[in-house]
Amino acid sequence: MGELAFRNITKRFDKTEVLRHIDFQIEDGEFVVIVGPSGCGKSTLLRIAAGLEDQSEGQVIIGGTDVSLAPPAKRAIAMVFQSYALYPHLTVEGNMSLGLKQARTPKDVIKERIAEATRILALEPYLKRKPGQLSGGQRQRVAIGRAISRHPQVFLFDEPLSNLDAALRDQVRMEIADLHRRLGATMLYVTHDQVEAMTLADRIVVMHDGVVQQIGTPRELYKTPANTFVAGFIGSPRMNMFQGQANSGVIRAPGLPPLPLPEGTALSGPVTVGLRANGLDLHPAPGAGADTSEVVDIDYLGNVCYLRLTLPDDATMVVEQRPDHPFSLGDHVTVTVQPEEVHLFDPEGLRI
Amino acid sequence: MFRTSARQNPLRSSALHLVLIVYTLICVAPILLIIMNSFKSRRGIFGAPLEFPRGETFSLEGYETVFTIGNFPLYFQNSLIVTIVSLLLTVVFGAMAAFALSEYRYRGREILTLYMILGLMVPIRLGTVGILNMMAAAGISNTLTALILVYTAQHLPLAIFVMSELMRQVSDDLKNAARIDGLSEYRILFRLVMPVMRPAIATIAVFTMIPIWNDLWFPLVLAPSEETRTVTLGAQFFIGQFVTNWSAVLAALSLAIIPMLVLYMLFSRQIIRGITSGAVK
Ligand SMILES: Nc1ncnc2c1ncn2[C@@H]1O[C@H](COP(=O)(O)OP(=O)(O)O)[C@@H](O)[C@H]1O
Ligand SMILES: [Mg+2]
Repeated sequence: MGELAFRNITKRFDKTEVLRHIDFQIEDGEFVVIVGPSGCGKSTLLRIAAGLEDQSEGQVIIGGTDVSLAPPAKRAIAMVFQSYALYPHLTVEGNMSLGLKQARTPKDVIKERIAEATRILALEPYLKRKPGQLSGGQRQRVAIGRAISRHPQVFLFDEPLSNLDAALRDQVRMEIADLHRRLGATMLYVTHDQVEAMTLADRIVVMHDGVVQQIGTPRELYKTPANTFVAGFIGSPRMNMFQGQANSGVIRAPGLPPLPLPEGTALSGPVTVGLRANGLDLHPAPGAGADTSEVVDIDYLGNVCYLRLTLPDDATMVVEQRPDHPFSLGDHVTVTVQPEEVHLFDPEGLRI
Repeated sequence: MFRTSARQNPLRSSALHLVLIVYTLICVAPILLIIMNSFKSRRGIFGAPLEFPRGETFSLEGYETVFTIGNFPLYFQNSLIVTIVSLLLTVVFGAMAAFALSEYRYRGREILTLYMILGLMVPIRLGTVGILNMMAAAGISNTLTALILVYTAQHLPLAIFVMSELMRQVSDDLKNAARIDGLSEYRILFRLVMPVMRPAIATIAVFTMIPIWNDLWFPLVLAPSEETRTVTLGAQFFIGQFVTNWSAVLAALSLAIIPMLVLYMLFSRQIIRGITSGAVK
């Protein structure tokens, strides 16, 4: 009942297309995260789902009903904004009840809903306060409470954590994850932060320049990115990419050891080779040579280390190592590649 | 606040205060002079214009004249009606127009904005003859309605200009949250956007109200009849071609300051909150 479907949505501002043929469906109870760089059209798509923006073409279906022309209040959605968007002149309680009063909900139902939201988010001590008297994290919890009290079919989140500092961000993120588990409601969540996307989502939609690049579970996106954009966007640190040539079963890229082509592929011509930091091994080399790299930077993160290398052709590469690795700055090393961790892309950037 | 001013160089701060005090004196002096002299007899005014009213110069003859000869309570009422109604119309319609121009996207919006704001550049008095003909044709010359219409038209451009600029700065998310909660666009404007802009609206109100209250031109041209006369026009009654009753003129002027002073103080306490929350319920 709570599914949300975009049917071939296109959006133009004047002449510029900011969304192109968006077409996917979020199942009932699913948590879907749209992720993409700033300006790729994520918020616009969310606002179209909410009815705050008109699509130029296509339909929005919520719970099996075409709501393409319905006003926001009639779409059974609730939205949480980056800037909290609480009504400054109303108390926390007033903020949560305004929408219900507006929909002429009976008084006892309103009371019940507010009590429920208050309990779920532990807002009891703040009910009588105005938003101005709350901290950022508390305000965002109130905004989430306001969404809960509407009992929507679909929750929409537009970068709800971006205004919070790092520690709070993790805390509120977990609360949102708990909330989803608890309510089992359909949620569509927009962020530019791939870590948020990976940790929260059942499925992720990667967007770039108004076009959906790939839809899949976090694992699918990480393991089999559909193109170079997704490969570069999902996963931290960023995937290392190199331009190479495939020839008679071997790929050669400057600075890399020759890589065997995967079984059963007959490929020749230019390719892009993608290597994640954790799919590489380092071996000490006695000194500088034609196939050795130099360690130019070491990021120690406690549980892992990231080493930045300069390859013989001056390209750089990031390699993950255990924290007890034997290398130090200025060391010369040779790199070997774990064959199952090689991602190949054709000249158009599509996965091979 | 306190700490920064305490840390300031005392010499600089006293110099600043000196400048401000001198400026205040310059501004207040004429008003003080008017009020002082309004309590003097004609002899007192001309004999010792700069002195405070004393025993023999003190007299209430100006005020007596104003309240007996002229029809001043009526003039006051007229001025108040014209000023307050024009002010309300300017703020309400100005806000609505500004919202329409800043909030929605539609064809011809730029042209419409330009059209609304063009009034800033055209002195309305140049159109007096046209306005006069129009009012006569509509059969509303010599009514307060004529004045209210003209003043509203005159002050709308500035109000629209200032408010549409400010409304752009009100958070889109807030308006969108209200739309999701099912608030009408009117409620969003009057209950959410305008309260946020309260100080700006109070400023616009002051800048609208004072010129209207002080205007002599349109009352003279459009509504000179006895029943529709405003205070400024009424005070002219005492300025004759040959004899001018200065006590009465000064008393009328002193009285005319009071309502503006009261309104000004109300605005600075942001009475506007009441206006905007009561405008649409
Ligand atoms: N009201 C608007 N008028 C014109 N262009 C807009 C408007 N809103 C958004 N855009 C453009 O649409 C694109 C997508 O914006 P947005 O959906 O906010 O991106 P995101 O949320 O992914 O950062 C941007 O290039 C932005 O400039
Ligand atoms: Mg955005």
